[in-house]
Amino acid sequence: MSSKKTITMEHGAGGQFMQELIGGMILKNITQRSAGTVGLDDLDDGSTISLPEELEDGAELVMTTDSHVVDPLFFPGGDIGKLAVCGTVNDLTVMGARPLALTCAIILPEGFELSVFEDIMKSMNLAAEEAGVAIITGDTKTIQGNKLDSMVINTTGVGIAPKVIRDNGLSAGDTIIVTGNLGDHGIALLSHREGFDFETKLVSDVSPVNDLLKGPLSLRTEDNQPVITAMKDPTRGGLASSINEMAQKSGVGIVLEESDIPVDMAVNTACEMLGLNPLEIANEGKAVIGVRPEYAEEVLELLRSHKYGANARIVGKAVSENTGKVLLRTSIGSLRQLGMPVGDPIPRVC
Amino acid sequence: MSAESELLDKIRDISRPVRIMHICGTHERTISKYSMRDVLPEEIEVLSGPGCPVCVTPEQEIDRAIALAESGVILTSFGDMMRVPGSNGSLMEARSRGADVRMVYSIDDAIAIAEKEPESKVVFFAIGFETTAPTNAAAVLRKPPGNFSLLLSHKLTIPAMNELIDEIEVDAFIAPGHVCTIIGIHPFDQFAEKGFPVIAAGFEADELLLSILMVLEQQRSGNHTVENAYPRAVKNEGNRRAQEMMEKVFEVIDSDWRGIGTIKDSGMKLRPEFAMYDAAVIYEDLINEKVKDISYENSASSLCRCAEILKGKEKPSDCPLFTKKCNPANPVGSCMVSQEGMCYNWYRYRGVEDA
Repeated sequence: MSSKKTITMEHGAGGQFMQELIGGMILKNITQRSAGTVGLDDLDDGSTISLPEELEDGAELVMTTDSHVVDPLFFPGGDIGKLAVCGTVNDLTVMGARPLALTCAIILPEGFELSVFEDIMKSMNLAAEEAGVAIITGDTKTIQGNKLDSMVINTTGVGIAPKVIRDNGLSAGDTIIVTGNLGDHGIALLSHREGFDFETKLVSDVSPVNDLLKGPLSLRTEDNQPVITAMKDPTRGGLASSINEMAQKSGVGIVLEESDIPVDMAVNTACEMLGLNPLEIANEGKAVIGVRPEYAEEVLELLRSHKYGANARIVGKAVSENTGKVLLRTSIGSLRQLGMPVGDPIPRVC
Repeated sequence: MSAESELLDKIRDISRPVRIMHICGTHERTISKYSMRDVLPEEIEVLSGPGCPVCVTPEQEIDRAIALAESGVILTSFGDMMRVPGSNGSLMEARSRGADVRMVYSIDDAIAIAEKEPESKVVFFAIGFETTAPTNAAAVLRKPPGNFSLLLSHKLTIPAMNELIDEIEVDAFIAPGHVCTIIGIHPFDQFAEKGFPVIAAGFEADELLLSILMVLEQQRSGNHTVENAYPRAVKNEGNRRAQEMMEKVFEVIDSDWRGIGTIKDSGMKLRPEFAMYDAAVIYEDLINEKVKDISYENSASSLCRCAEILKGKEKPSDCPLFTKKCNPANPVGSCMVSQEGMCYNWYRYRGVEDA
């Protein structure tokens, strides 16, 4: 590596500096670099993915993409690199797919510190190793520092789904399960960014959920259908956004028991103080699952036996009334509607 | 049996037709969050008075803040103030046009910006009732840096209640717990003397249910006094030190309330000895130049029913704009903007029947 300590425009110019950046920062730090005969090391115009030899009838390739920007780049529990891997792995997983490979396209502003960049690459690698997914091709671009003030990472993922799971597959009677405490990511990020000092350390939940959901996804009914009828990862907009979308697209109503929805005490306190609704806060390592009711306990047990699913809970069920709406049964027995969030959560004044 | 259901049973036992008004956005939030109106007997109506500081900030004052932001100062504001429409959009829209508007959580965040950026002028848009005013008074007394100032839009609760009391169609009040921690409960004595039971209440579901029960009990026994149902936070005499700081830094002036108009002695300005921190003084010419051509005769909010809703005369559902032209994504009046606003809460949390 040359003596440069920060990104310059030359790092994106396609010449020697760029080769050094790719070799010294990216290839060096990514351990799983191939998913077929042509991989990241080949630095060819593209890479290949070998398909599994035995495929279920009706299996499909699933593809998803996500661009990641986050302020700050490093936060309690994670950073933009981990987020970029988990975000895409989780999108594939909630479609019922096993992730096969990721791409990684990075846009860096001039002046970005190379040591920080390397830390982010290492973190991406750890997350990819945990998820068992290769990063097989990528791109780097640089932008003048006054036009972009932080880095952007886009990851595209390809996975294979024996049976695709959609977000519109709920039927009346299905049990709704969430895989753990809600709101951790958004509140950890907000309190870290704004310098709030709550007594308990709030940590983002950013993590890959593919291993957590592997067991439940493999469960089949007697007629060989997945017992999971619908699934979503409650990222931006939190549970409120995901569950409303599931209700609307599936044409069912949903009743949730408010006191059964798992929210960490510290997150709840922070939300109360800031006037935020934890159900509208982003998660980065959770899933909302619709399950055929007779398999709900089995799915719950599988989830709870995994380190990321210890706080999984049955939170409610799909019903045939109030189509497209989500209702919360409160602790005083009334029902209130859980609406779709409007925009970014904005803290209240007092 | 939970404390809430016990209280609900007791309320049902002695229920009678009554209209109770609270004057606090956070009370409205709790009531809506628990859909409390759905489980109370129908004859008990809980109305939301002018208790949301964001809601009652008039367009003129938002226009002045936007004028400042667009003239090159860093304008800092609480988050929920940023979506409130002035006559030409909100602070958030001003930001998208290039103005430097920043969301802060307290005046200390704004002062920190001023310290960090000594070359910039930083203005804090100081809104709120007696709850936020002492914090701002304390900050001024700590002598913030010279590039920092406050654009004051504070409002006072008691004069607003006084303004409404003769027109209002309610039987009792739930007094705002946060405000009472500062001013105490005695300023409410005058309303009890006029025949209204007044209960200072906390913000948990059981605390609000308790205050409703206490209203009913007063009515049953023919009483009308001020009672403190929030003694864990409220001292009857309030917080003397906070009162003194406010007195030292601010003087009382007439003030405009959205949907109500000018109310005598209901606002505050910085005393002359603190004029160096008063953005209205420092930037007077600049603000006046920018807002001089704005007419408030036919503004968007003149179509909405904020005034009647704030006075407890109408409900959000009586407003022709409610849910149609006016909703959280596209608010007309500020009762829809703030999470403390009655319209917003009705929109967000209505029960099954109206949903």
